Amino acid sequence: MAIFVNQDTKVIVQGLTGGQGKYHGLRNQAYGTQVVGGVTPGKGGTDVEGVPVFNSVAEAVAATGANASFIAVPPKAASAAILEAAAAGIAFIVCITEGIPAQDEAKVFNTLIRDYPKTRLLGPNCPGIISPGKCNIGITAGEIAELPKAGKKNVGIVSRSGTLTYQALYELKQRGIGVSTCVGIGGDPVPGTNFIDCLREFQNDPETDAIIMIGEIGGSAEEEAAEFIKANVTKPMSAYIAGVTAPAGKKMGHAGAIVSGGKGTAQGKMDALRAAGVKVGLNPTEAGDLMAEIIKSIS
Amino acid sequence: MDLFEYQGKQYFARFDIPVSPGGAADTVDEAVKVADASGYPVVVKAQVQVGGRGKAGGIKLANNAEETRFHANNILGMDIKGHVVKRVWVEHASDIEEEYYASFTLDRAAKKHLLMLSAQGGVEIEEVAEKDPDAIIKLHIDPVDGLSAAAAHKAAVDAKIPAKALDGVAKILVQLYRCFTEGDCDLAEINPLILKPTGEVHALDAKVSLDDNADFRHPEWAEYRATEELDSREQLARTHGLQYIGLDGTVGIIANGAGLAMSTLDVVNQVGGTAANFLDIGGGANADVMAAALEVINFDDKVTSIFINIFGGITRGEEVAKGIVEALSRVTLKAPIVIRLDGTNAEEGRKILADAGIPESTLISKPTMLEAARAAVAISNGK
Repeated sequence: MAIFVNQDTKVIVQGLTGGQGKYHGLRNQAYGTQVVGGVTPGKGGTDVEGVPVFNSVAEAVAATGANASFIAVPPKAASAAILEAAAAGIAFIVCITEGIPAQDEAKVFNTLIRDYPKTRLLGPNCPGIISPGKCNIGITAGEIAELPKAGKKNVGIVSRSGTLTYQALYELKQRGIGVSTCVGIGGDPVPGTNFIDCLREFQNDPETDAIIMIGEIGGSAEEEAAEFIKANVTKPMSAYIAGVTAPAGKKMGHAGAIVSGGKGTAQGKMDALRAAGVKVGLNPTEAGDLMAEIIKSIS
Repeated sequence: MDLFEYQGKQYFARFDIPVSPGGAADTVDEAVKVADASGYPVVVKAQVQVGGRGKAGGIKLANNAEETRFHANNILGMDIKGHVVKRVWVEHASDIEEEYYASFTLDRAAKKHLLMLSAQGGVEIEEVAEKDPDAIIKLHIDPVDGLSAAAAHKAAVDAKIPAKALDGVAKILVQLYRCFTEGDCDLAEINPLILKPTGEVHALDAKVSLDDNADFRHPEWAEYRATEELDSREQLARTHGLQYIGLDGTVGIIANGAGLAMSTLDVVNQVGGTAANFLDIGGGANADVMAAALEVINFDDKVTSIFINIFGGITRGEEVAKGIVEALSRVTLKAPIVIRLDGTNAEEGRKILADAGIPESTLISKPTMLEAARAAVAISNGK
């Protein structure tokens, strides 16, 4: 098991003929992901290193039976690409595009909820998702993800930040701890999939025994997650929140990472998570150490 | 990007939101000219992006040219909480019967637009929220549906806006919502929104924050960019296209990824140091990007050590190492580098750095984030 994606997931890449789409799409395929096609309007009938390209998502789905899409198109085109995938019946969409206007994101999110309730969007502005050994959609380097081990305790990872997602994977790899699924939900103000969506899945996933959560300043997603954990998550967790020293009123790289009006501070988030029984580290390595202790105690 | 009040008012005017006649002035003479044209009495308002202008003496009423000259002279160049006033906004003083509050933002938790409206304006809304939370109504708006005139009217009724101002307020709400959505604002706030004795409603102040991600479809924002309050380090970083935020410490920071960069600041702080900046070089850190990053850090006189924190995912260790070696041949650094290189191809990267013959006084390599932070802070603190 794993969450959201596994060995049966069939992926098309929207923007496969572009620089990012080609590079990461082919890397995902090389990792073992079933990359069954690409979509670029006007380039249907061609191929990218053997992967067939279609004019529309609907055509690609009809021809390949794809159930997931990897969107790697520029910000201007991303909203339309997401809605096209949803309309074509794609169940799981990963959008790595950074720089989509917040107004567009809010519209897309609410359109999906209303018109395509069966479609899940991961991102935008996220590194993607990897179920090690089964499926990798996005820009995560597959080799830094430790395979889950049968008969041992495995960890699920959910993170708002790309590089800290890798850091978390790496902390676990160095300690030989397997990963069930690692989800990067992205740093934008309106993520399609949030912490709670992932925590619920991890809680129900038999392959996941413990969870690492990486948050950052801005918004209240971590506080809401803490409430959810208190009520619903029985699996042990460790966490790290980035941005303890971030100045108020400044966007720290990610569009959503901003402390405003005294809200969204790292301290408030850490306090909320601790109150929910999560072991909180002061840096990613400490969160890794805490997870190693957790694994030892439940093994 | 946060707009100055005068820019916010100009932006409002694009969406037909009524504001007082007035203009911006950089000199005393200009201020008098604008005042003459606007009609006395006028208000002379300091243009700074910080609260409490009035209390600091940055907002003054002037009844004639002489008084305008006196106040403009005092306010221009005034230091308000570390912000030096370079420009004033001069507008015709309005007779105020009542003051209200209106704003639109995105409620990240609800993932909907949020209207906040109150019949108690003119004071900090946070204050109202604390003392009399029921005086503020909050209305969530589905971005797909938008805000109808009927919903705006109902909101105004719910907020107990008096009957004589209802139509005027409802109309401005619809205009302000258009400004917020079509104008790609993170925040569009009017405080106070005033009712004049003549029965007209209009915006007496403007607080607008624009969504940088929407820059590509707003060529008109270029003029706002030109006046953005950046320090000289931030300006240099912008010319190189780097994600840089200037801070007050002594350890220069370069990291790949916003989260890792934030985390690097935290770790430096934990081991007793202070960061001079936030700098995210993003993925694919080649020599050009690294050289530009080092140049920006080097420009900061306070920096006494540089901490490069790279985790290779897509970014490959050997590429980063080559970038640093090449960058060092282009930039002469004033402070030594401590580097932590981990992840994809980190071994090769470390070997390239070791073989490049860079003296230890220029570059030290450490295996983990914590050890590197300690070394960088020790150097910075002169230990």
